[in-house]
Amino acid sequence: MYIIIVGAGNVGYYLAKTLLNAGHEVLLIERDKRRCELLRDEFGESVMRGRGDEIRTMREAGADRADIVVACTGDDEDNLIISQIAKWYFNVPRTVARINDPRNESIFQQLGIDATVSSTNIIYHLIEQEIEAGEVIPLAALKRGNIEIVDIELSTRSPVVGKRVQDLPLPPDALIVCIIRQENAMLPHGDTVLEANDSVIALVSAQNERQLRKVFAEEQYE
Amino acid sequence: MRIVILGCGRTGAALARIMAAEGHRVTLIEWNNDSLERLGGKFTGAVITGNGLDEDVLKKAGIEQADMFVALTEGDNRNLMAAQIAKDRFHVPKVIAKVNDPIRAEAYRERGIYTICYSLIGSAMIRDLAYDRPLGSVEEYNVVPPELKD
Repeated sequence: MYIIIVGAGNVGYYLAKTLLNAGHEVLLIERDKRRCELLRDEFGESVMRGRGDEIRTMREAGADRADIVVACTGDDEDNLIISQIAKWYFNVPRTVARINDPRNESIFQQLGIDATVSSTNIIYHLIEQEIEAGEVIPLAALKRGNIEIVDIELSTRSPVVGKRVQDLPLPPDALIVCIIRQENAMLPHGDTVLEANDSVIALVSAQNERQLRKVFAEEQYE
Repeated sequence: MRIVILGCGRTGAALARIMAAEGHRVTLIEWNNDSLERLGGKFTGAVITGNGLDEDVLKKAGIEQADMFVALTEGDNRNLMAAQIAKDRFHVPKVIAKVNDPIRAEAYRERGIYTICYSLIGSAMIRDLAYDRPLGSVEEYNVVPPELKD
């Protein structure tokens, strides 16, 4: 995965480090010259000086092939604009914005930002979700009704592989709406049997998302 | 008209004074009390001290009834965020933002926020003056010329 992180404060710094250690391609963009020089020793080519809210910088950064852009500067307004530019101009599939004022969450959502987070830890967990097989990726939160659309990729070790849809211990307010198998989308029936590498698209209420995740996750059953 | 202005810099203060003098109901939002001195003694509008990205502050300034919202702080992104809140959240009919980066100004103008870019207007105007050409319209100046696109 190619992940661009804008803002090399503490959040950006540790996030970049963590993702690099996990083997991802990371580019850390920082506008402060001195901060960049300090980071250069540790990150080498993975640091770039520039402003993530400028289209030119993002083009140079290769934003058009980025899987995720994380805007984690200290200013909410900068993080909003960085995320919007990434989406509008470079079609980045997923934008994550750090917010300092939690009340901005719904505004960011309304303005098209995929995810907002307010600490290093949560950012890392979100990205972890994106990356690891067998995890649940929230595709979208429906604005009204508090329902999320999630994409669950089944690893070979998922406990649901080989099971029929009707036998899954789904939480309340969860509905499997589609299964994508080898690029083909199919509408599942109760007797559809899940296979490894299936992508399961489900609707779930926000409060039951975690429970749904447990049904498909491998570790719980190991 | 009911007008909410964010930012009491030179432009914000001048606009507030002019519009208030012309009989409009002006509310100015500014978080730095020192900047309010620019309003002079005769300003008849209202002043709210606070953060213009805070919905509660915006509501206090009457954004829900406003006919027009103008974002004129020093920060491009601040202006763009405030303008989007005004437009998408509070459905203010007319929203204008000052944006100094020409590229960003154009990006948001294409998406329905009317942006004014002083750096573009100023530089294009000076170019015409350099060639002794008649001055063009602000609308002409406010677009990104090909030389700046890359």
